[in-house]
Amino acid sequence: MTVEQAVFFFTSFLILFSAFMMVTRQNLVHAALYLIVALFGVAVVFVLLDAGFLAVVQVLVYIGAIAILMIFAVMLTRGDVAREQEPVNAGFGWALMLAALFCFGLIILIGQWPAVNSQAAVLSADTNTVLDLGTALVSPDGYVIPFEVASVLLLAALIGALVVARPQKKNSGSVK
Amino acid sequence: MIPLSWYLSLAAALFSMGLYGVLARKNAIAILMGVELMLNAVNINLVAFWRYLTPENVAGQAFAVMVFAVAAAEVAVGLALVISIYRRRKTVSADEINLMKW
Repeated sequence: MTVEQAVFFFTSFLILFSAFMMVTRQNLVHAALYLIVALFGVAVVFVLLDAGFLAVVQVLVYIGAIAILMIFAVMLTRGDVAREQEPVNAGFGWALMLAALFCFGLIILIGQWPAVNSQAAVLSADTNTVLDLGTALVSPDGYVIPFEVASVLLLAALIGALVVARPQKKNSGSVK
Repeated sequence: MIPLSWYLSLAAALFSMGLYGVLARKNAIAILMGVELMLNAVNINLVAFWRYLTPENVAGQAFAVMVFAVAAAEVAVGLALVISIYRRRKTVSADEINLMKW
């Protein structure tokens, strides 16, 4: 077993263990912390796949922004946690069965696909994946339009989140 | 060397766990966390396919960047909705938010 494989196994175990703990914990703050561990494991997988930029973005955006936002939301809705007895709903058996079936089905499908044992192509020494990605994201033959649409989407989400979460005034002035 | 199937299996397992979290959890924030796991599994797949099948074409990585942006937008709007619901109804349990349930 090479070092790469050992790192992959350790990271996969870490990701799957923390994902399992995340979906089963009653305490949502613990669940959010396990989510951070799983997200960090995914960043390590990105490093194994030679996608260094995505690994950095994963840590910055997912752990630095999304997971922290989750923890804030958990703390802001704290009054509900004490009342909640059971973390799962009545149909969780069906959910478990569906998820297990889905997982086995996917793995069987993956096993039948011929290209699945392919090895990673060797990147030549002068390949700069970050440079390629950056060029593709802003070049007109590349992905400049999806890139700009994603920025508009983020702006729309920002304004939408502000509008939705703004406290409502009890009696607005126009109703008189 | 690591064959492609290992990455795909890891992503399949992670996606299924996220699916279980989305379907089974009561708390709306826990459901959003499950969605994050599923998006991460998709990202692993996209990057693995880019690295193993088309390393000269960065489409996989570019798509993964779009998924990051969409995930950030989704979680911002989702948590805003959760906080707004909590203000009005003092609950974030998906079982009790049944105003629009048929």
